[in-house]
Amino acid sequence: MTQPVDKHRPAHEDAEACWRREYAEQIGPHAQVRNRSGIEVKPLYTPRDWDSARFDAQLGYPGQPPYARGIYPTMHRGRTWTQRQLIGLGTPVNYNARLLDLLAQGATAVSLIPCNSVFRGYDMDESPFELLGTCGVVANHWAHMDRCLEGVDIVATSCALNDPSPFTLLAFLLASAKKRGVDWGSVTGTSNQSDCISHFVANHMFFRIALQGARKLLVDHIEFCNTHVPRWNPMSVVGQHMQQAGATPAEAMAFTLSSAIQYADDCIARGMDPDVFLPRFTFFFDVSISFFEEIAKFRAGRRIWARVARDRWAARDPRSWRFKFHAQTSGVDLTRQQPLNNISRVTIQAMAGILGGLQSLHTDSYDEALSCPTEFGARIAVATQNILREEAHLTDVIDPVGGSHYIETLTDQMEAEILRLMKVVEEAGGMYEAVEQGIVQKMIGESARRFQRQVETGEQTVVGVNAYQVDEDASAQPALARPDPALMRAHLEAFKAWKAARSQAEVRSALDALAGSTHDAKANIFGAVVSAAEAGCTHGEICATLRRELGFGHPLLVV
Amino acid sequence: MDIRPKVLIAKIGFDGHDRGSRVVASFLRDAGMEVIYTPPWQEIPTIVKLATEEDVDVIGISSLATDHLLVPALMRALREAGLDTVAVIVGGIVPDADETALLESGVARVFHPGTSLQDIAACIHDLMPGIRARRTTIEETP
Repeated sequence: MTQPVDKHRPAHEDAEACWRREYAEQIGPHAQVRNRSGIEVKPLYTPRDWDSARFDAQLGYPGQPPYARGIYPTMHRGRTWTQRQLIGLGTPVNYNARLLDLLAQGATAVSLIPCNSVFRGYDMDESPFELLGTCGVVANHWAHMDRCLEGVDIVATSCALNDPSPFTLLAFLLASAKKRGVDWGSVTGTSNQSDCISHFVANHMFFRIALQGARKLLVDHIEFCNTHVPRWNPMSVVGQHMQQAGATPAEAMAFTLSSAIQYADDCIARGMDPDVFLPRFTFFFDVSISFFEEIAKFRAGRRIWARVARDRWAARDPRSWRFKFHAQTSGVDLTRQQPLNNISRVTIQAMAGILGGLQSLHTDSYDEALSCPTEFGARIAVATQNILREEAHLTDVIDPVGGSHYIETLTDQMEAEILRLMKVVEEAGGMYEAVEQGIVQKMIGESARRFQRQVETGEQTVVGVNAYQVDEDASAQPALARPDPALMRAHLEAFKAWKAARSQAEVRSALDALAGSTHDAKANIFGAVVSAAEAGCTHGEICATLRRELGFGHPLLVV
Repeated sequence: MDIRPKVLIAKIGFDGHDRGSRVVASFLRDAGMEVIYTPPWQEIPTIVKLATEEDVDVIGISSLATDHLLVPALMRALREAGLDTVAVIVGGIVPDADETALLESGVARVFHPGTSLQDIAACIHDLMPGIRARRTTIEETP
């Protein structure tokens, strides 16, 4: 069937000139439009900007280099994405109940967020009681982890543990697996946020050990997992912290790729095979409400990573070239004002991530600007994913935005900007050097201030904050979710009793071996962490030992 | 009388998200205030010590992940150290129910997400005459 053609349409050249004239007349004087990464956005894109002659070189087919269209041949039409909601509150018993509930609602993987006391490397008996369990689950030793995952098949369900250096939660999981008779070779999941640089630079939550010690531990962890837990992803390189701290989308992508390069270089220097460790690298990004820019960010990142993997480390296995990423919708874009509006924001952000080709998604709860997410808020976030996946037909076509003059132009421009920023880092001597000098922190801080200025001047509209304000309806405020103090008190007392009943000699000897491993270049420190976890050492004891030997993690602050 | 405010910006507890505290600190500095900025995870005794040594007028506590639950303990510690004149303001994610408790414990003001930086600066300027007047009274008391 041929498409009907409008005989009255002007010839192409005339048409463009005509549009230019009419546009200029009607738009009047107006400010330039720039996206968050500073790239000028034009009112219209045509084949003059991008045409399909560049199809093979820059677009191609899904599952093939340059991977602009996605890393798998089937993309979301085959296996959509992993629905991975971050959860964590209260005691392991509370956590387990909520986890089983979310899995029943459609979540397909476990994500565990520990209490901030755990984040900072402390046990519950060395933390202020009023904070325990208010932002995550209080899990301090292997049996706590085992209780968190009671009734969960840890072979069939991928576990994402928010667990960087010294990776105690994974150590607890491995100890629990052994008790359950599960072979470590069948345990799957990710050490989320194992990227120590991102914590040094931004958000700092997990920055427990001084940077160079964390650097050694990270490579040990990758090596240990590659050998003993081969289906585990030990490396999660994080752009989310930096973007939440204020980095533009291009900066966040550039700095993340620069960190990944640094980590892979370290693995190569250790003598590891790129086609063993690279397939187990994953990425974790923020996805903001700057819709098209985010889509282009992910497409550009995929192309760059595939090139770097082949050019820099001569990786041959296509699995090493694939830029696998998890995305979390941006909490910074959410507002306290008219909080239900955040459901719309999360939906738009999630769509950008999906069209950008993500592998795994966390949608924020609408109430995150008011409190730690409530169960009600988390249910809506899960439903949002179900709607996007199964009602909206977003997954019918692979890379549905591919070939758009705008998207392809923007992808090229974002790629150029990301490469420019990566060069700044490379010239500083790599990411460790750049962050130890504060170069990256300074750029992120400047971007955060610039964005805030744009909100203050009204240049950037935020509905309910600087425009369309309404009198708030107090009924929209969510009910406060806090752990039951009596349950937490019982959890604390049980923990103290458990500690007292352990074989103290075994604990002492495991911690001594752990301390010793830090002074032996040939020893694997993470291996010693796993042995300590199996011997009944607690999170706080393991962290304290490593802090003593390797130094406390002070972030470098650039204000 | 010099009423250039001296402000300590800090985070107590376990949270490390510092975008807000850094943006506020640099804005107040640009607005002509003297700002002391500290790394995250400060202990309450350290805040009290710094506030005493630096003779600050205002302490701004940033809390994004329930660390504001420690603020009543900070208020008690400040009172015990005789720092009654120092005004404490809190910014970040503070649920309404908690805000009431913070104000009852003596916090001067709680700022929520979406607050303009100008409003924070204006609040500090409004607090200043009271802070300095109270301080003068205390210093003159034999």
